[in-house]
Amino acid sequence: MPFKNLKEIIVRQDFFSPGHGLCAGCGAAQIARIVMKIAGKNSIMINATGCLEVSTTTYPWTAWKVPYIHVAFENAAAVASGIRAAYDALIMKKKLDKDVNVVVLAGDGGTADIGLQALSGAFERGDRIVYICYDNEAYMNTGIQRSGATPYDAWTTTSPAGQKTLKKDLMGIAIAHRVKYAATATISYLLDAANKVEKALSISGPSFIHWLQPCTIGWRYDPKLTVKLSRLAVKTGLWPLYEHYDGFNKLTVQVPRRTPVLEYLKLQGRFRHIMDNQEELAKIQSYADELATKFGLGPVTE
Amino acid sequence: MQKVEPFLLSGNLAIAYAIKQLNVDVVSAYPITPQTTIIEKISEYVAKGELKANFMLVESEHSAISACLSAAASGARVFTSSSSQGLLLMHEILFITSALRLPVVMVVANRSVSAPINIWNDHGDIMPQRDTGWIQFFVESAQEAYDKVIQAYRIAEDKRVRLPIMVNMDGIVLSHTYEPVYPLSDSEVASFSPWNLSLKRLDPDNPLTIGGFCYPDYYFETRYQSSKALEDSLPIISKVDKEFGKLSGRSYGLVSPLKCDDADAILVSIGSISTTIRATVKKLREKGKKVGMVSLKLFRPFPLNELIKSIKNAKAIGIIDRALSPGAVAGPLFTDVTSALYLSKMSIPAVNFFVGLGGRDVKVEDIESMFANLKKILKSGKIEKHSYYVGLRE
Amino acid sequence: MGRLPKWNEMQEGFITNTLSESINKTGTWRTFKPIIDHSRCTKCGWCVIYCPEPCISFESSGDGKVVIDYDFCKGCGICAEECPIKCIDMVMEE
Repeated sequence: MPFKNLKEIIVRQDFFSPGHGLCAGCGAAQIARIVMKIAGKNSIMINATGCLEVSTTTYPWTAWKVPYIHVAFENAAAVASGIRAAYDALIMKKKLDKDVNVVVLAGDGGTADIGLQALSGAFERGDRIVYICYDNEAYMNTGIQRSGATPYDAWTTTSPAGQKTLKKDLMGIAIAHRVKYAATATISYLLDAANKVEKALSISGPSFIHWLQPCTIGWRYDPKLTVKLSRLAVKTGLWPLYEHYDGFNKLTVQVPRRTPVLEYLKLQGRFRHIMDNQEELAKIQSYADELATKFGLGPVTE
Repeated sequence: MQKVEPFLLSGNLAIAYAIKQLNVDVVSAYPITPQTTIIEKISEYVAKGELKANFMLVESEHSAISACLSAAASGARVFTSSSSQGLLLMHEILFITSALRLPVVMVVANRSVSAPINIWNDHGDIMPQRDTGWIQFFVESAQEAYDKVIQAYRIAEDKRVRLPIMVNMDGIVLSHTYEPVYPLSDSEVASFSPWNLSLKRLDPDNPLTIGGFCYPDYYFETRYQSSKALEDSLPIISKVDKEFGKLSGRSYGLVSPLKCDDADAILVSIGSISTTIRATVKKLREKGKKVGMVSLKLFRPFPLNELIKSIKNAKAIGIIDRALSPGAVAGPLFTDVTSALYLSKMSIPAVNFFVGLGGRDVKVEDIESMFANLKKILKSGKIEKHSYYVGLRE
Repeated sequence: MGRLPKWNEMQEGFITNTLSESINKTGTWRTFKPIIDHSRCTKCGWCVIYCPEPCISFESSGDGKVVIDYDFCKGCGICAEECPIKCIDMVMEE
């Protein structure tokens, strides 16, 4: 049953503990918390190396109230597959009786770049895992270097003049593997996101969620704006919320009137260098327009 | 013990047979010559239902070892196998497996490393894995490979050990050569190396966090812990080998010396070349030459005392390396053996023989030439050169 | 801070089950402190669900008012920003 209101999610038990070391206003912490509320006790969490991993598992403490494993940067999907294989084998051989949810949370670097090969393997094998990419659009843990998911024109420490290519289409990559379920999500549309996690958990093969995560340090904004930026990403059309199920795409959050991309960009220091550059701003607007056409979003209204 | 007829098996097939008898739960591997026929045979066992296991076909060796690691953490008995470039690709995860104390068992069909690409045997792939914290065995026959794999699970899964193990078997030479192999019965294997769920760590009823981050205040202790576990595994390894001897009539020791007590010249080696050296020693002994040899069955943890006991009476020692260690003082095995001598306050003249790279055949005559070289040192009391590249065109 | 454990006093294999909430009080990071005006709060729960720590909850006893655990609040201000009726103020820590 899909979640119909906020209260149904709030009453769920938390398996993510305060006292973690993520930044004030961190979007990844919000994701981890919501995902674990939905996935629940009988889940195993796998992280790729990244902010979430180092800041939630700083020895001797952990923020995780479920079994958790981190192995390396590029192998989160393979680690998840190994757990799936073990539980399946042990249940088949009647050495265990209780199954688990196998849930990965990996950053954009660990997913779109270094971890893409292992992810492709898991998708192709059809392993029953839920793989969630928390996409903050750069290598934030090492200090804001560009990744394959960095958007056009964004400043990072290794794209000081602005990124000159478009973000990798991770959803397209997942769908090309014929995964049964793939979806985009972001924290500002909480019910939408929670229902997508719930659905992903019910799929009998691999499922993928591409979750946009504003990063206060890397995007250069006031920490209080994390949810607001997540909302603006959707309203501008730069982050269409949709799901792919059984071969079809469906928009899950309608955007009847789009906000101009400038409203989203101007709150972020990483786009400061193009604030007076009409040509570049027009390019990003036209990229949003393309997405709007593709997904059936409404026109821009000032 | 029942009398059993031998099977005619290659090293690879002997290992696959052991894995079936060990009732492994998860196998994850990627094809690479000369290891491939192990996983082909296991695939067949799984397809026929003779082994109830989950065979994960992965897209790389990196994922193979990663999946084995996490499957072991989930309580499954796991197996993987690789060679050469595949083992090098696993390198990163090997350190993590031992530090997280997960009982993964892997067979390495030892093969040279690129470039140039070459599928034949040497120890170029395994020597870069020396410091990964795994227990490392070297075998000399298909029978020994079979026996060591069975022992390996018993040792790796021992709660006092909890470490991953590599069984090294020379590629092509052993992996693909058919020999008579005397198997144990399924029930003997099951009772010698029983599987044990208590090693399970990823359990929702007892949530643990594995493999997180730490500052300098905990790192040193963590690394020391797994290093100490490796050191402390030595007597357990020895005990398991002896118990296996009682069951099967075959036990190998940590080192396997021949004619060392009164030998003036001794060759130290690892792997299948030891068989050729053993034959050469027997031949030279018939001619009255006071030669001996010792083969290391265990490479990590290094069996220092057992080795020293074998070589302490020698007047000259030749140490055989089947891998280069460019720019180092000497080859990997030479460095270990001479360090062992130094720590034992022994100053026996020693030379390093590099042989058999990329599958270059090492013949009895080559071994004889090494002994002849040691004899020159015995006579003159002088070492002309510390390193010899036997068989190299120069 | 007591004595740190010796190598053999740590669990084998770099494992822990000590929760961050039991030892790592991140409230010390805070510069601005969120103060809820309970007379206006509608208990809608947006601040509860968006808190990244999480350290905002409904009190289990009494009338179930929204409470902030200042031991952990880092003062990010998301609760105040997202509050639909703006009944949370961010005030400078003294």
